[in-house]
Amino acid sequence: MLMKRRDFLKVGAAASAMASLYGCAGGGKASGHVVVVGGGYGGATVAKYLRMWSEGGVQVTLIERNPSFISCPISNLVIGGQKTMEDITVSYDGLKSKWGVRVIQDEVAAVNAEKKTISLKSGSSLSYDRLVLSPGVDFMWDEIPALKSADAQGKILHAWKAGPQTVALRKQLEDLKDGGTYAISIPKAPYRCPPGPYERACLVANYFKQSKPKSKVVILDANEDVMSKKGLFTKAWSDLYKGIIEYRNNSEVKDVEVASNTAILEFDKFKADVLNIIPPHRAGDIAHKSGIKLINNRWVDVNWLSMESTSTPGIHILGDAIFPAPTMPKSGHMANQHGKLAAAAILNQLAGHEPNPNPVVMNTCYSFVDSKNVIHVSSVHQYDAATKTVQPVKGAGGVSAARNELEGKVALGWAKNIWADMLA
Amino acid sequence: MKLFAPIAALCLLAAASSAQAADPNLGRNLAATCANCHGTNGNAVKGAGIDALSGMPKDKTLQKLADFKSGDKPASIMHQIAKGYTDEQLDLIATYFAAQK
Ligand SMILES: Cc1cc2nc3c(=O)[nH]c(=O)nc-3n(C[C@H](O)[C@H](O)[C@H](O)COP(=O)(O)OP(=O)(O)OC[C@H]3O[C@@H](n4cnc5c(N)ncnc54)[C@H](O)[C@@H]3O)c2cc1C
Ligand code: HEC
Repeated sequence: MLMKRRDFLKVGAAASAMASLYGCAGGGKASGHVVVVGGGYGGATVAKYLRMWSEGGVQVTLIERNPSFISCPISNLVIGGQKTMEDITVSYDGLKSKWGVRVIQDEVAAVNAEKKTISLKSGSSLSYDRLVLSPGVDFMWDEIPALKSADAQGKILHAWKAGPQTVALRKQLEDLKDGGTYAISIPKAPYRCPPGPYERACLVANYFKQSKPKSKVVILDANEDVMSKKGLFTKAWSDLYKGIIEYRNNSEVKDVEVASNTAILEFDKFKADVLNIIPPHRAGDIAHKSGIKLINNRWVDVNWLSMESTSTPGIHILGDAIFPAPTMPKSGHMANQHGKLAAAAILNQLAGHEPNPNPVVMNTCYSFVDSKNVIHVSSVHQYDAATKTVQPVKGAGGVSAARNELEGKVALGWAKNIWADMLA
Repeated sequence: MKLFAPIAALCLLAAASSAQAADPNLGRNLAATCANCHGTNGNAVKGAGIDALSGMPKDKTLQKLADFKSGDKPASIMHQIAKGYTDEQLDLIATYFAAQK
């Protein structure tokens, strides 16, 4: 008996549903439109990998407010004087011309999960089959009330998003007279890039040692102890920067006096010539306000098989904005890995299959302790069905044996390769 | 529905024979976790100082990874990374890179 076309379609759908039920792919090919918000470490990666792995079958639109990508990794070397902004800036042209990603420079103002649309600041709106948010972090200015105004933020910098603030902080350090004090404050964990503030302290101290030897670096850490690579950082401080770097733990900044560059701590005050405050942060605004489930009202709760919101299927969240799995840092390397996990899951889902049940992600963070010597921390995380999250593999990962110049070269090679992996 | 029972059975068989092989793109997905340093599909950026893995014969890749795991091959980081993957996973990764141009 010949099947009517309608019946054929019905049966086809049943077969594909069955195939997906049993985790057996084959047949269905992914198609549809994916909108990605944010062209940073997570967003650029997912955009490229969706196009590459679907061989152009899936349409991808990337919305990014900045005209080009500026990397936070390596930006501490701009602040330290070894690199320029040009060295850490990459164009979106590769995503457009090589991979056929539609890149729109605009800001996403709102998400409508029910209608599956987003609206742009410029006024237009777009519809999607699946949405990916990789907006990074935004700062909780309420926690440092005097820093709420734009004027105050222009004077007391964070430089925790690479861009104009990176240049401005470098300028403040260049203008500092010898014998001055630079203080950097670190918020309570979790925050973006656990070793980043300690790396910055090293590179500023390295600059002072060479150009302003009477100047000092003070680290005001809200945490009980050094949060990453403790032994290697403290050794660098005592070997290389004795008398320059002073580390103070349990020193949470509660507010500032803008006019006098003073940090207000719980029981104490600290006046610096250059005050660099990293305020506590949370998931980027667009993720924070789109009604998806948050943990501690700060970070997005995700399903580790697909990076999908646990409350709102069809919306995938990557990078710094998510509530991390156990021991997982907020890093660019990890955001890139989230992007690939999500790309694989989305392509399965668009083809009517279940996501890969055994995802793996891994991390590495390289930190410069001077212009040439680097230390790393690494970890590998495998999905564990019992806890429904990715767990660090025991016995794998670790830190450098000692700071070394070889890894100084690898760290710069890492940057070139990850930028190409996202954008070229 | 009867018509489709064999397909389902086939799928079940594939899934049961190896939990790791459940997703046909598992090798691709696992190899992508190496790309941050070794380049997309193992095509490292030339002159960046990290080895390319694309086109490397499978046995050669597996031998190097085994030597990293055992400590026979000294490394700054690969010993720590290789230990995070099972031998089956490394096999899939090496197979994938060997097939890349
Ligand atoms: C000083 C410093 C050093 C670091 N060093 C390292 C390192 O060595 N290694 C490492 O792995 N990590 C490092 N990191 C961490 C790394 O930068 C972050 O973890 C990473 O950027 C997170 O990626 P993401 O995609 O979540 O966010 P981002 O890379 O910040 O990307 C978010 C993007 O979204 C855009 N965006 C946000 N909202 C909207 C909107 N509504 N509409 C349009 N666009 C929007 C933003 O403009 C931005 O481009 C460092 C961070 C800092 C600050
Ligand atoms: C953080 C960067 C980084 C990541 C991620 C990484 N590698 Fe490596 N790889 C290196 C470095 C650096 C070396 C040189 C040896 C060393 O110092 O550890 C290397 C060397 C190798 C070599 C030997 C190459 C040769 O020609 O001798 C192989 C094989 C290899 N890696 C495979 C892998 C695989 C497979 C993965 C993913 C599971 C991976 N690497 C992930 C940095 C990395």
